[in-house]
Amino acid sequence: MGMRRYSAFAVAREALRFHQGWERAWASPAPKKRYDVVIVGAGGHGLATAYYLGKNFGITNVAIIEKGWLGGGNTGRNTTIIRSNYLQDPSAAIYEKARALYEDLSQDLNYNVMFSPRGLLMLGQTEHEVRGYKRTVYANNLQGVETEWIGPERVKELVPIINIDGPRYPVLGALYQARGGTARHDAVAWGYARACSAMGMDIIQQCEVTGIRTAGGQVQGVDTTKGVIDCGKLAIVVAGHSSVLAEMAGFRLPIESLALQALVSEPIKPCMDVVVMANTVHGYMSQSDKGEMVIGGGTDGFNNYTQRGSWHHVEETVRALIETFPMISRLKMLRQWGGIVDMTGDRSPILSATPVGNIFVNCGWGTGGFKSIPGSGWAMAELVAKGSPGPLAAEFGLDRFREGRFIDESVAAGGAP
Amino acid sequence: MLTLTCPCCGMTVEETELAPGGEAHLKRFGPGSSDAEFEGYLFARKNPRGVHFERWRHAYGCGKWFLAARCTATLEVFGTYPAQTTEPPASIVAAIKARRPDWEGLK
Repeated sequence: MGMRRYSAFAVAREALRFHQGWERAWASPAPKKRYDVVIVGAGGHGLATAYYLGKNFGITNVAIIEKGWLGGGNTGRNTTIIRSNYLQDPSAAIYEKARALYEDLSQDLNYNVMFSPRGLLMLGQTEHEVRGYKRTVYANNLQGVETEWIGPERVKELVPIINIDGPRYPVLGALYQARGGTARHDAVAWGYARACSAMGMDIIQQCEVTGIRTAGGQVQGVDTTKGVIDCGKLAIVVAGHSSVLAEMAGFRLPIESLALQALVSEPIKPCMDVVVMANTVHGYMSQSDKGEMVIGGGTDGFNNYTQRGSWHHVEETVRALIETFPMISRLKMLRQWGGIVDMTGDRSPILSATPVGNIFVNCGWGTGGFKSIPGSGWAMAELVAKGSPGPLAAEFGLDRFREGRFIDESVAAGGAP
Repeated sequence: MLTLTCPCCGMTVEETELAPGGEAHLKRFGPGSSDAEFEGYLFARKNPRGVHFERWRHAYGCGKWFLAARCTATLEVFGTYPAQTTEPPASIVAAIKARRPDWEGLK
């Protein structure tokens, strides 16, 4: 399927013919018998993996199969935050790669992903947190990730609606990443999908994997609700359901699936043009282009696949945020939802070969999935194409657990995206 | 909100009174075991979509640990039982079988 470029000229042309000429953004073909690479999961990470397989390695005989609809899992359920202010070198490298790719992703995909580098603050509200974030700033400066530590007055300047001298959680400063921000989450999935389809890849929706076929320790193909699909290589990129797919292939992962939830308020006039994260109280907030305050909270503590969270987390999150942002106390909640995040013990992802030959996993992004989509796809494509990880993925293998080489990001992740 | 009955003190309480403790019935491997066994004990988790056995602590109550059988796909609770056991008791297994006839048992 060819792809007609989107442009100002195209908009003008279509305006003159009553918008009759827009074609479908991607094709919906029936599955072929065999593909060189089958990717399970058509979320952001799966589609980005496919895109960079085609773009960087010329591998286009690829199917991306999805049990629901494209981008309907965590890609459509996050709070759209993008940042790369992580502590450890391997994390900073892959998250900064992702953030850098987001900068011109709209041009690259010819699809407006509405990347908005509006600036992101992680509030220091306890002495402990201040020390932790200052350490992160020093680490970021060494890693080439541009962040700075700013004082409470500068925070107030950037976020006029904030209350910096609350009695319980005063704002002592913030870790500020000026080129962090947000993007339109659905558009990221749609843009990658359109580009993949244009390269001749098959995106097969409403096709659930029910089994994984192996012979002699090598992957042969997958059983799906649309029949058997053979493959040379299999990439499992399914976030919350990673353990379920691993079970089909006969191995276990160091992952637990938890519900992470978010909510939006009714839309209001523009009042905050940065992203603010308050990890001490497990709350973070930004304002969407529609005017809704987008609020995210912490994860439930127990294993959960239901894509809905517990109410008391919403209450805790909102209660804490009201103390920091008194003006939101009169807002009504519009929607609340949950997504299933795949948590590892060290809060870092897994990009790895597996005990089964030619099966690769990309999972464990936990609460940090959306921001990492382009970098994750970039690194995963290299892993799948070459069979061994490149520099970005090298430290994120499954063997790090056996070897005790954890990439501890509990401070940077902190239960927040 | 999830509610569980603590088998130690008999109270039926909401999850805000409880602390989750992860997968139950892990087989402990220590000195003398292989690297793979030790790694499996420490990190590999079943994390099933369906029947799950897990540890809970009645943190803001009697303070005792107990175990629960719960469905992670529906949040249905099949029952709770004392932690001093290496496998789920027959009554819990029967309760699960009654609701999930296809369940293959604790693996």
